[in-house]
Amino acid sequence: MTVPIAVEITVNSTSWRGSIEPRTTLADFLREHLGLTGTHVGCEHGVCGACSILLDGLPVRSCLMYAAQADGCAVTTIEGLSQADGTPGALQDAFCETHALQCGYCTPGMVIAAHALLQENPAPSEEEIREALSGNLCRCTGYVQIVEAVQLAAARKEG
Amino acid sequence: MGSVPDLLGLGAAFRYIGKKRRTKEDPRFVTGRGRYVADIALPGLKHVALLTSPHASALIKRLDTRRALALPGVHYALTGEEFCAATDPLPIGVDAPRVKRWSLARGCVRYAGEWIAAVVADSRALAEDAVEAIEIEYAPTECVTDPERALLPGAPLVHPEHGSNVLYRRKFVWGAVEEDFARAQHRLALKLLWARSATVPIETFGVAAQWHPGGGLLDVWASIQMPKFPDQTARALRLPGNAVRVHFDVDVGGSYGVKRGIKHTVLVGYLAKKLGMPVRLIEDRLENMRGGDMHGPDRSFEVQAAFDADGTIRSLKIRALDDVGAYAGRSPLQLGKPVGAIVGPYRIGSVEYEPISVLTHKTAQEAVRGFGQSPTNYAIESTLDAVASYLGMDRIELRRKNLIRREQFPYLIPSGTTYDSGDYHTVLDKALGAADYPRLLQQRDAARKAGRLAGIGISTCLEPSGGNSAFEPLFNPKNETTTWMDSCLVRVDLSGAITGVMNTSSSGQGHETLVATCIAEVLERDPTGIRVVHADSLSALPSNSPVGSRMAIMLGGAAAGAAKKIKAALMRIGAKNLDCGVEEVEYHEGSVRRKSGARGLSWDQLVEIAHRKFHLLPEGMEPGLQAKFVWEVPTGGMLPTSDGRIQMYPCFSFEAHIVLAEIDPATGQPRLLRYTCGHDCGTMINPDIVHGMTYGGIAHGIGAALYEKFAFSDNGQLASQTFMDYLMPSAMEVPAVKIVDHCTPSPLTEFGQKGSGEAGYLGAPAAVASAINDALAPLGAALHELPMTAPAIWQQIQEAKRRS
Amino acid sequence: MKAAPFQYVRPASIGEACAALAQHGAEAKLIAGGQSLVPMMAMRLARPAWLIDIGRIPDLQRIEIGQDVVSIGAGVKQRTVERSAALRQRLPLLMQALAWVGHPQTRNRGTLGGSIVHADPAAEIPLVACVLDAVLELRDAAGTTDMPAREFFLAPMVTAITPEQCLVAVRFPIWNGPRVGSAFEEVSIRHGDFALASACAQIALDDAGRVQRATLGVGGAAPVPQALPEVAELLLGHAPDQALLGKVARAAAEAIEPEGDLHAPAEYRRELARVLTRRVLEAATR
Repeated sequence: MTVPIAVEITVNSTSWRGSIEPRTTLADFLREHLGLTGTHVGCEHGVCGACSILLDGLPVRSCLMYAAQADGCAVTTIEGLSQADGTPGALQDAFCETHALQCGYCTPGMVIAAHALLQENPAPSEEEIREALSGNLCRCTGYVQIVEAVQLAAARKEG
Repeated sequence: MGSVPDLLGLGAAFRYIGKKRRTKEDPRFVTGRGRYVADIALPGLKHVALLTSPHASALIKRLDTRRALALPGVHYALTGEEFCAATDPLPIGVDAPRVKRWSLARGCVRYAGEWIAAVVADSRALAEDAVEAIEIEYAPTECVTDPERALLPGAPLVHPEHGSNVLYRRKFVWGAVEEDFARAQHRLALKLLWARSATVPIETFGVAAQWHPGGGLLDVWASIQMPKFPDQTARALRLPGNAVRVHFDVDVGGSYGVKRGIKHTVLVGYLAKKLGMPVRLIEDRLENMRGGDMHGPDRSFEVQAAFDADGTIRSLKIRALDDVGAYAGRSPLQLGKPVGAIVGPYRIGSVEYEPISVLTHKTAQEAVRGFGQSPTNYAIESTLDAVASYLGMDRIELRRKNLIRREQFPYLIPSGTTYDSGDYHTVLDKALGAADYPRLLQQRDAARKAGRLAGIGISTCLEPSGGNSAFEPLFNPKNETTTWMDSCLVRVDLSGAITGVMNTSSSGQGHETLVATCIAEVLERDPTGIRVVHADSLSALPSNSPVGSRMAIMLGGAAAGAAKKIKAALMRIGAKNLDCGVEEVEYHEGSVRRKSGARGLSWDQLVEIAHRKFHLLPEGMEPGLQAKFVWEVPTGGMLPTSDGRIQMYPCFSFEAHIVLAEIDPATGQPRLLRYTCGHDCGTMINPDIVHGMTYGGIAHGIGAALYEKFAFSDNGQLASQTFMDYLMPSAMEVPAVKIVDHCTPSPLTEFGQKGSGEAGYLGAPAAVASAINDALAPLGAALHELPMTAPAIWQQIQEAKRRS
Repeated sequence: MKAAPFQYVRPASIGEACAALAQHGAEAKLIAGGQSLVPMMAMRLARPAWLIDIGRIPDLQRIEIGQDVVSIGAGVKQRTVERSAALRQRLPLLMQALAWVGHPQTRNRGTLGGSIVHADPAAEIPLVACVLDAVLELRDAAGTTDMPAREFFLAPMVTAITPEQCLVAVRFPIWNGPRVGSAFEEVSIRHGDFALASACAQIALDDAGRVQRATLGVGGAAPVPQALPEVAELLLGHAPDQALLGKVARAAAEAIEPEGDLHAPAEYRRELARVLTRRVLEAATR
């Protein structure tokens, strides 16, 4: 048996303290230990991006981290991008406006990646949007309405 | 009337249909509140991991699970010996009773990745640890992976009891094919390869099951898109149909045809029942790619065309050889569906079609978006381009000449299917206009002048819709199924709120929005307030599930049908309470009033009478306000003729793709620069949903055309089994797509809607191939094999250089 | 795909990390960003009994900029390197290469050293390290060893590092001079994918426009990243005209031994090497 690791991870502004098995990925930790099932697992080898979360504000693939590595870090999941009462944020609202999703499975990771882009680059070009989202695969939408959502969110922020 | 913009100018007749409207589904997904099967918490849930075969063909000499069972947290290790004796084999779509299939192998394995044993443990990680502790010895046997070789006598047999590797073979001859070929001024022949790919959803298949011994009931939650799923699950488990309850309200993370996880479900159902614990299998990506049995068509075509010098195409001969892998569910039938659009959108008078479904030692194939129509459209469109090239005729002019004309609908094609309506020339013109075709030509020619390879691709293709799966009796006369139904229940509750109940699962198609919009249209009530829920399989009305691009037609039609019954009831209630006949009242936005006066009853008043004032209800009317509508697909209900003619699918959507592509001549890398799609699916119920599916279908098509292939080595190893090797297009590979809509309503449906679930995918591979080949044409090169990867394109360029 | 069980430790210093490696040897693996290691562990292709997390050791995060040499700690994240103006100025080729490395999300976690030790033959950072003739500082419990990057890569995913060693820093020479140009080009199937082939070059021209100093190399088309100093020598003393660049590009293609695989045949990779070498030479001498 492997020795559990004590960690303290802040998730969506709430601190969690406990022991976890070392091989628990951050994705599985969020989903199973914390019940935050908004973060999805698509490939478990770091390609599809469905598992994307913000780690200390930067988008990373949570399937490519062990929860132990996130000790002391701050994680934001898709649930953390909504307001406390569950109202979607402006970017999420833009996704609804342009219908930037269908099955919804890649969507949390996609929103996280788009959110991170807009934090760093509030007025991205279409090329920059596509590049920033190139690590998040979607099989439903063909990306067109997703790009439109990010453009809409950026325009709204500006206006 | 609504204040939302009427974007298309087509919706003057409609209140809600065709208007831009946010979907009901998006809000939960965008906040991470979807409910997928892996999200469902069941107390005491156990987890399954699978032992899979490393060999493409081998006998299992020894299988010992004792070491696995001894590990902590492990509850059971199931092998084929036990499982195959305790359950019935899974159904196969063709008449091949000796090609038997269970979820686990018994005695031998037939493809690399095949499931051999299932371990149940407290966590997935522990189950995987235990799988590694299973002892197994194989004696590898000779395998066959080349479908042409599999046809030859003496080839290793995948299922020896079946006697050959041919699952199905027939030559259909519709019309005077030989005469037409003899009389035609020209003939050409073309070979094409559509490599095995699939729509590969980001969510793998998952299923959880729980057995309730007291009631003898198996609860099932699955990421499912499959007709007859509850029935087949029950049957395989030797349970009555009402002993299985499938929860259709599970969100499915994409399917596009493939999530027919019947083998996963029977396995998990068996374990749940045997162990008395809830059990869950979520495929990991490796299990999914190698052994989920979700690969798509793997097809080689030989096409011959007979045509005249003026470009009139007289006849086609199509041989389609499809490699279904080591087992078959519905996969051979993917050669059958294209019968219903075998001439594409063209006035071709006769066709010979020879589908051959063959077994090899590869992962089993399953249904993929379009059910075989996309590869067939690729073959037809490539042939059109080849004819144009042969005659030195413009590809667009050739199509204009042969396209069925607007005034010719309804149009009967040689294989017995009638196309309901269409205006192909107008859609093509719209697409060319939106693409600014003259400017595209200029851009192409300027690129060529600058030394780059550039090409424009065209495809004009049909999307058969409505899902009349008459390919079943066509390919298997012993299967006389002609019922392809769907249903909806609509109820208005005591508070006056409206709820629609749909009877199958959804995987991103926006069905809840579809149903609400259709109900709203009929009842003239705001769809925002209409709730749509999914029944479970015990409470559900009959549904044949969202396949064959059918739900706008069938579910939309059922929702409308049920809503009309409610409307009629309201009018009867109103008439009775206004002391007049039904013909003297009119309905308006939920209220009923006398045509000739101001007197009327409001929605709330009518609802209250229906629910609470029985004494005011018309005689014989049932209390409450609810209606069900169950119906058969339009034009359905017939068996094929002896020469294989059949009405396959009722409604035909049409798409015209125009693509500008460039190729880096030094590296062969393709780039799609401009992409326009003219699309006609009749009335669009929700334009954003239709457009979304079209964009997504185009992305799927680009993947199939340029990137995706399940590549097998000669000894049957799947080389592309992770996302590092099976490459799917990202936002950098899919260009900005422009869609231009046209509406030729279907005469067969309530609102004139046709299906659009396969939109884009059915025409994109053909269009992209057309563009790449137009770019290669100045070199005298062509590529008739998908995917057209950079190395493959480069190879053609090199060979062309060597030839010159 | 869950990893096989392992014990996890997070040493606070390089010394502690080396002590852990000395104790566990081949049963241990170091993890920093994990972008390459974690997928392998998920697929159980790597199954260390001990995972030693060096991702936060301060001494691995240092960037020291000297007159002629830049030393970048092995644990410095690719994103940090990407965004450093100081490094951009002094190591333009590394910056150009980073644009091709994975995706923004993987660069947020992946480290400079991790990419080097993982030694994927298609990886960009190992190629740049070889082409710039960087020196790798390897440390174990006994002390530090300097190894030229050009000697470090032995076979696909195989390096000269011993199980007890930790890569602690990479020292890149700076080319000071007025006319230094560089370029990195790659062909992959999709954006961000593993390179089918890549090429890079750094060229310094003298006042007369002749090549004073040159280095180039090819990646992805051979079992290990290939610096090609003999080929680069062909440029010395000459003005970089079309004929010369073509000749050098052909020489680069001849100097490698590509292998074919699922994605591309050998012949294609060789041709890509030629084409890309040509392109980077043109860009670096513009």
